[in-house]
Amino acid sequence: MERDIKYLTQKANELRQNIIAMIYKAGAGHPGGSLSIADIITAMYYDELKIDPQNPGWTERDRLILSKGHTCPALYSVLAMKGYYSTDVIGTLRKFGSILQGHPDMCKVPGIDMTSGSLGQGLSVGIGMAIGAKADQLDSRVYVIMGDGETNEGQVWEAAMCAAKYKLDNLVTIVDKNNLQNDDFTDIIMPMSSMEKKWDAFGWEVFTIDGHNMDEILKAFESARKVKGKPVCIIANTVKGKGVSFMENVSMWHGTAPNSEQYEAAINELKAGDII
Amino acid sequence: MNAKATRDAFGDAILELGRINEKVFVIDCDISKAMKTGDFANAFPERRLNVGIAEQNAASIAAGLAAMGKVPFICTYAVFGSMRMCEQVRTGICYPKLNVKIACSHGGITPGTDGVTHQATEDLGILRTMPNMAVVMGADYYATKKLVKKAAEYDGPVYLRFTKDPVPVYYSEDEEFEIGKGKLLMEGRDITIITFGEMLGQGKLAADELTQKGVSVELIDIHTLKPFDVGLVSKSITKTGRVITAEDHNIINGLGSAVAEIIAEMGYGRLKRVGLKDTFAESGDYYGLLEKYEMDSSYIIKMAGELL
Repeated sequence: MERDIKYLTQKANELRQNIIAMIYKAGAGHPGGSLSIADIITAMYYDELKIDPQNPGWTERDRLILSKGHTCPALYSVLAMKGYYSTDVIGTLRKFGSILQGHPDMCKVPGIDMTSGSLGQGLSVGIGMAIGAKADQLDSRVYVIMGDGETNEGQVWEAAMCAAKYKLDNLVTIVDKNNLQNDDFTDIIMPMSSMEKKWDAFGWEVFTIDGHNMDEILKAFESARKVKGKPVCIIANTVKGKGVSFMENVSMWHGTAPNSEQYEAAINELKAGDII
Repeated sequence: MNAKATRDAFGDAILELGRINEKVFVIDCDISKAMKTGDFANAFPERRLNVGIAEQNAASIAAGLAAMGKVPFICTYAVFGSMRMCEQVRTGICYPKLNVKIACSHGGITPGTDGVTHQATEDLGILRTMPNMAVVMGADYYATKKLVKKAAEYDGPVYLRFTKDPVPVYYSEDEEFEIGKGKLLMEGRDITIITFGEMLGQGKLAADELTQKGVSVELIDIHTLKPFDVGLVSKSITKTGRVITAEDHNIINGLGSAVAEIIAEMGYGRLKRVGLKDTFAESGDYYGLLEKYEMDSSYIIKMAGELL
């Protein structure tokens, strides 16, 4: 299938604008890691995932767990863009009474497959879903997006060994390797060197891609579908804050909302990148 | 008196559940022999996982299975089911109200000789604090068997607690139980004894001895710490005005605290809490520990003497 890379790239740019707008309006949130997964999450919702926005509970759908739940502005935005709910809703992020909690709540938001926000748990949840899908002979696939900082959590590696044991070839984890975590660069806080070797040693099929190259992202998902008998880890090399130059590779933008001037500058820079 | 470990009841109940409910899954953490899940594993290998010594992973896998419509039972010891995977349970199971059952043997001091590392004497307080969580412990083999089956029908997370050591059998096989509805076993006017889990054994001994001495005792087996049967308990307190709670747990935050909350809000009643007095126990045989740590029937009788 010939994918419309240009269209997807434009959607990712719109997603970035929504992310900035919603975090600015909320006055709090996590722009850096939301921007680093913007291309991946766009590719998933506009191309890869088997979903029906009109029927969020569809049994045979693919599941997505945003294990790095603090980057939910990216997920909330793409769900609105796909029509799960009105785009007006994204302006209510973190506001009293909103369905859009500071971290994703599956009971409140249509299209959210799992509550998340406490790091390190999503891959284990994905194992449960992947086993559940196989037990019911569903061809649903399960996708887990985690951060590279998140792999500090020991539970990630409990899950890594377990998914390989159960040969979960319907499970794909994407490590958003943006090289920054809350306090500083990952190499300073906790070096997780040889990320590829780690997953490979645990029995996973590993693909390494440029997480901002739409073509590479799509091809990785395509390759993942061909893997049989083991789970797939896609290590996506990304830039934290990608698309807003002053946010790129700066740890402060892990969890800081832009002020009005920064908001204007960020939106203007992203709008200049619109290609359609 | 006939005695059986209530973990044996779990093993028998989960096998029966496997036959009648194909949504039931078992998640073992390398202690399936102790958890008595072997028969289930043999009968339903496709619905049984053994994730090794990795309880946190087990908890979140259960959340994923529940999200797919399954009814997973995480099988581990109470120290791990309540503490090692505490936050996975709180945030990943209770918050989204997922239909996960946490089946825990070695409740209280019942792995007597194993010592403190394997005795769970804080678990009830921890689990009771989590919204959406039900906390259940059958008093004996038959109560446990019925309550495990009720837990499978219950919509939402349930913490089930069993004994490692054999404990007295009180009920008959055909006794019925409902989660959240305590059992009024003896009616009386002078004093109420409320027991949780296997402490019914000690409570019953004390109640019988007090009755012989001419005291009119009301005996309640509460078996569900949450949702708590406030109606039954407050009615009894209104009648007797004197209460003794008996639990195999720290006297802080468990049954004694739940009853103290009711008494404080009613503004009526006097209370003595029997249980571990904010201390760790030690290795020793179960009945020896009950005596040493003042959790046995004679101590309940002594406390009754102070209230009467």
